[in-house]
Amino acid sequence: MFRFLLTRVSLIVPTFIGITLLVFVLIRLIPGDPIETMAGERGIDAALHEKLRKEYGFDQPVLVQYWYYLLRLLQGDLGKSIVTHKPVIQEFISLFPATIELSLCAILFALCLGLPAGIIAAVRRNSIFDHGVMGVSLTGYSMPIFWWGLLLILLFSVQLGWTPVSGRISVMFFVPEVTGFLLIDTLLSGEKGAFSSAVSHLILPTIVLGTVPLAVIARMTRSAMLEVLGEDYIRTARAKGLSNFRIIAIHALRNALIPIVTVIGLQVGVLFTGAILTETIFSWPGIGKWLIEGIGRRDYPVLQGGTLLIGTIVMTVNLLVDVTYGLINPRIRRPR
Amino acid sequence: MTNNAATSTQNVRRGAPAHPFFEFNAYFRKNTGAVIGLWIIIGLLVVAVTADFIAPYSPILTDSKAFLKPPVWQAGGSWAHLLGTDAIGRDMLSRLIHGTRLSLLIGFTVISISIVVGTTLGLVAGFYRGILEIAIMRLMDIILTLPSLLLAIVIVAILGPGVSNALLAVAIVLLPHYVRIARAAVIAETSKDYVTAAKVSGAGSIRLMIKEILPNCMAPLIVQATLGISTAILDAAALGFLGLGAQPPTPEWGTMLADAREFVLRAWWVVTFPGLMILITVLAFNLLGDGLRDALDPKLKS
Amino acid sequence: MLKSRLLLLSAIVPAMLLTAPASAKTLVYCSEGSPENFYPGINTTGTSFDANSQIYSRLVDFERGTTKVIPGLAEKWDISADGTVYTFYLRKGVKWHSNANFKPTRDMNADDIIFAIERQWKESNPYFKVTSANHSYFTDMGMPKLLKTVEKVDDYTVKFTLNSAEAPFLANQAMEYAGIQSKEYADAMLKAGTPEKVDQEPIGSGPFFLVQYQKDAIIRYKAFPQFWGGKASIDDLIFSITPDASVRWAKLQKGECHVMPYPNPADLDAIRKDTNVTVLEQPGLNIGYLAYNTTKKPFDDVRVRKAFNMAMNKQAIIDAVYLSTGVAATNPIPPTMWSYNKTVKDDPYNPEAAKKLLAEAGFPNGLETDLWAMPVQRPYNPNAKRIAELMQADLAKIGVKAEIKSFEWGEYRKRAQAGEHQTAQLGWTGDNGDPDNFLNTLLGCSSAAGNGSNIAKWCHKPFDDLVVKAKSVSEQAQRTALYEQAQVIFKEQAPWFTIAHSVQLKPVRKEVIDFKLSPFGRHTFYGVDIK
Repeated sequence: MFRFLLTRVSLIVPTFIGITLLVFVLIRLIPGDPIETMAGERGIDAALHEKLRKEYGFDQPVLVQYWYYLLRLLQGDLGKSIVTHKPVIQEFISLFPATIELSLCAILFALCLGLPAGIIAAVRRNSIFDHGVMGVSLTGYSMPIFWWGLLLILLFSVQLGWTPVSGRISVMFFVPEVTGFLLIDTLLSGEKGAFSSAVSHLILPTIVLGTVPLAVIARMTRSAMLEVLGEDYIRTARAKGLSNFRIIAIHALRNALIPIVTVIGLQVGVLFTGAILTETIFSWPGIGKWLIEGIGRRDYPVLQGGTLLIGTIVMTVNLLVDVTYGLINPRIRRPR
Repeated sequence: MTNNAATSTQNVRRGAPAHPFFEFNAYFRKNTGAVIGLWIIIGLLVVAVTADFIAPYSPILTDSKAFLKPPVWQAGGSWAHLLGTDAIGRDMLSRLIHGTRLSLLIGFTVISISIVVGTTLGLVAGFYRGILEIAIMRLMDIILTLPSLLLAIVIVAILGPGVSNALLAVAIVLLPHYVRIARAAVIAETSKDYVTAAKVSGAGSIRLMIKEILPNCMAPLIVQATLGISTAILDAAALGFLGLGAQPPTPEWGTMLADAREFVLRAWWVVTFPGLMILITVLAFNLLGDGLRDALDPKLKS
Repeated sequence: MLKSRLLLLSAIVPAMLLTAPASAKTLVYCSEGSPENFYPGINTTGTSFDANSQIYSRLVDFERGTTKVIPGLAEKWDISADGTVYTFYLRKGVKWHSNANFKPTRDMNADDIIFAIERQWKESNPYFKVTSANHSYFTDMGMPKLLKTVEKVDDYTVKFTLNSAEAPFLANQAMEYAGIQSKEYADAMLKAGTPEKVDQEPIGSGPFFLVQYQKDAIIRYKAFPQFWGGKASIDDLIFSITPDASVRWAKLQKGECHVMPYPNPADLDAIRKDTNVTVLEQPGLNIGYLAYNTTKKPFDDVRVRKAFNMAMNKQAIIDAVYLSTGVAATNPIPPTMWSYNKTVKDDPYNPEAAKKLLAEAGFPNGLETDLWAMPVQRPYNPNAKRIAELMQADLAKIGVKAEIKSFEWGEYRKRAQAGEHQTAQLGWTGDNGDPDNFLNTLLGCSSAAGNGSNIAKWCHKPFDDLVVKAKSVSEQAQRTALYEQAQVIFKEQAPWFTIAHSVQLKPVRKEVIDFKLSPFGRHTFYGVDIK
């Protein structure tokens, strides 16, 4: 058991170092001088340019820069944004809750619809419902979500005027930041209408970001259920005359959940990819939008720090899923 | 469509132990979705190949008298531009048609690069093992750990925006799948008798890989490739949408969408059609890929 | 009063606003982006200046809506006869804002003014490097070379001694970068070991104080009751950060914000039709152009340049890209600037004549060229790539094959200034309203050399003589005559295809009272009221 944990954890160390190296080297290769970018039409005087290069350490050899980068990294220093001059880690922490809130809502949305749809589809195999669910989920899986978001805005915000176009909450509410999660903060603030405003701002982004996970979960649930329903013990249970509902809800679902949970865990990377697009469309002040803007502004430290932190988070979640899976299912614990 | 499918299956039905191809064919035909997907892809291919002839206008021809004209069925539309025009008077239909060519080209090129490079790396890793394998597989882990779009964005940011760079970025992001499939296949196959026999009879390792092992991992590769094309098209369009893919005036669907964003409030057609084309194309490849997997994967046949 | 406002709102605004507390007067400005930070001394963008100018006061101010300098923290000032000594007499009893970390114990005095200057000027100042050492406007305005000494005469008198007379010096102190920060706050934060807080949680003496800032989402200000000019008419000022122009309009339409900058040209028709919204407009001090590299073949031949000018349909560009946010440009300076020559005629759009001229120049079968387009939206050019596409299509009609090229923005400007292009789009926004700032800076021989801002690399002796002479004479009538002549030569020689001057457009909701357009394109909300 302990050995299993140890091997799994030790495996991520080289990956982590690899990510730092990759992120560092790749981003140093980006063409365009960030100091020039900041200068605008007027350009910048050569002496000042040189001074700023020194200040940001751009004059050092790349390997030296990497070494210093690693050293600072170990002290939790990810550098300062070139544009805002704020520590990257601080910006990340202040924007992260927005992305987490959106992602959690999206996963919740995907689960609430995907699980039942998958289960029913499996139970009523080859029924019209089954075909419908499979067709819809494959469509969802194929969806260019950046277009899907625009369509939803076009329909619900512009034509029907039901939902706000962008942002996290109406600016008329002043919600003191406690947790950074607006759904919680608005309730804590006690301001009337603030919570419903936050919810109404969340609806479309949640649907957009949840579409692909929803499709994946529905498909996964269906196939996991189909597999379990074909097993002997289910047949035994049926033979014993247990009610259909009990069989599905208690016996089958419990066993089918293991692969489903794994799939959800592995959706973290997919969620981040989706978050980049969703946040861009809905002007959602989160990590994805921050990174895209960082690219436009040649903000190296933001790109480096952001990519590294996201990589680390995805890696950690994958590790947790892996370990949990190993704990639940001892079969895979044995070395391959 | 269904007629066609029905008549040709008849030829396959007779004779008890069918050739693997016919067996595959029979399974595939039963999967309506896959057949539909295949036909859509064939249709798109025809459009792509004949784009120069069937497109009513050049995709980059501007018309200063027809900015943002709606499609023909809406008030203000005309037969001159069936699907309307964009912000600088280019024919939407023509741009969509040429976009089909570009998107399919992107999809196939990306997959070709990924397969060739990916399987080579996978074969090498699986065959030689040791430090080489560790290096390759760690690198693939890193690629898999970073969200695909984020990595593609970073790569494009380095190489500079443009179709060919976007294409390369997506190809790199898709690599790990093929490396893993190829490596797994090699490891599984090398333990089998026929490979040992070939080794004993003195076959060179490269020859061995290409002649003996590669054909045996073709099935999962084909399935993965078909599904990969849809991912490639989708990711390339996403890059285009973020302004990092194909550059204007290239009629790439994602780029067209990015360009159309500011007209969301007043010209629905410039926003709707390019996205619809992406959806249809990606869906078709996914349908086909699913069908292929079901037909090729013996586990699900029972 | 309150009731009528509620009624008005309920008539036009859906559920959104009705649920909001409506007791205080709140003005919402849909700004286009997040500020870099809250220290104007290192800011370069209008976005950051807008966010900062609400918080800080300066020695002197521009009168709202004009370029006239009026008293600010300095009640009055003396200028010595030779123009090198400026003595400012400070207002007494000016209060500072306060926040969780800092409660001021004294009023604004001379120490604060000196701190503000030295922070940008002297590397020995402990704050020189805090947040950033790049005090770009201070440097751009030539202050380091200009300033000799800044002395405190007494608590409420500060004396600036310059190395030479400089008429714009006073106006320079009214610019946003010269905002005054509290020295007491700076010292306290330095002691606490968190100097950067000064620039993130600002303390100013301006009409509004900062309550909350969430990057990419919101900036919330409240009116400062003890503001030296009297409390602002509105109680709450909110910047709702909305980068997408169409979304800004959607919010304005719904009443979620009251003022928005930079409307999307495509939405303007709809905006003008909305009876709840007024569109304020004013031509901006800018020019967008396509420069021909006159040192490279074939653009060293004036006939080729003229042929290009005639081949491209300017009106179509305005119609498709600027719509009503731009006016076609004939001269390199905007029509609102003095010395603008109205008699200069633009090259007509005439593809046939263009083709003929091109043949005369030795290109009967057309030619190939590059066509550079900026990757980003600029104040004078809403979409350079789309313009390039239109130009490309027009040029194809006279047999010219143009390849559109673009680079990352900083790289783009650098390469264009190095003259790597054949043809490139660029533009300019004026600083001080003087024609020299356009004609000499952008087209003179001195800036054609090296990596200068004359990206046509056009050095034409007759033109250069005129603009150099105009700089040295002081009488405006004489300068006007010289500049008018220079514009004629410019058109004959055609180093640029002049595209357009963009118009500053500001959709404002009807309930906003007395919002004034700034000639500098800024947004000031002190003095604005709401119904």
